Amino acid sequence: MPTLTRWMIRSSFAWLAIGMVIQAASPFSSALPAPRLLAGLRAFELHALTVGWLTQLIFGVVFWMFPKASLEKPRGSEHLGWATYGCLNFGLVLRLVGEPLAAAGLTASAAWALPASAVLQWLAALAFVGNTWARVKER
Amino acid sequence: MPRLTVVAVRAALVHLAIGATFGALILWDKGMPLSPHLRGLLPTHRELLLVGWMIQLAMGVAYWILPRFSEGEPRGRPAIAWASVLALNFGLHLTAWHRFLGLPPESVAVGRLLELAAAVLFAAHAWPRVRAFGT
Repeated sequence: MPTLTRWMIRSSFAWLAIGMVIQAASPFSSALPAPRLLAGLRAFELHALTVGWLTQLIFGVVFWMFPKASLEKPRGSEHLGWATYGCLNFGLVLRLVGEPLAAAGLTASAAWALPASAVLQWLAALAFVGNTWARVKER
Repeated sequence: MPRLTVVAVRAALVHLAIGATFGALILWDKGMPLSPHLRGLLPTHRELLLVGWMIQLAMGVAYWILPRFSEGEPRGRPAIAWASVLALNFGLHLTAWHRFLGLPPESVAVGRLLELAAAVLFAAHAWPRVRAFGT
């Protein structure tokens, strides 16, 4: 298994755990000291599971298992693969911070975190598509 | 990779790119408002990513890697699998774009029925291939 795949799969487990923690805490939100912050996290919960866990797991397995792009570069561009990983996870971290800030009304701080997160996750998707396209081919 | 897998996986990648673009616009708008209309992209974003990206990728890869038959068509009945991919794409696009195309709300029900047909057809195709090796 390539190093990038190991990082992606292990990171996906971390996002699965984060999503589940938010889900488990939701019924107790009114008893917590900052219920509005938790409400913001709940907006993020679905994306922790669908983007951080499922999509990242798919990215990692595709990078590992799909047909070779070429003999010289069997997995396409390693740099593009790592850029996908960095953009996706940094984008998710920014959203994890930005959503509660937005929900708590701290809009000045959220104002940069959410658009930055949006751009990073978008770049991650485009980098993955660009790096994977040539590996999807008939034998 | 068989041709059906190439078509389905490439379609899934295109849906990922478009769905992620819509998602990025919606999330940007949440931090720095651009247009009140952007929130209206949410159902399309969801449809493109859940059905067009994830489900379609899973179907394409399953068609490729599930155990093959040693006699006859190695991957069972490809016509059923092709019908499934076509139904999925017609269904998801009908559901995703009906508002932008000015189609009546009933078109969502038609889109969902096509998606259901895609799921049933794919399961019918894949069912006999889900077995232990050597059987």
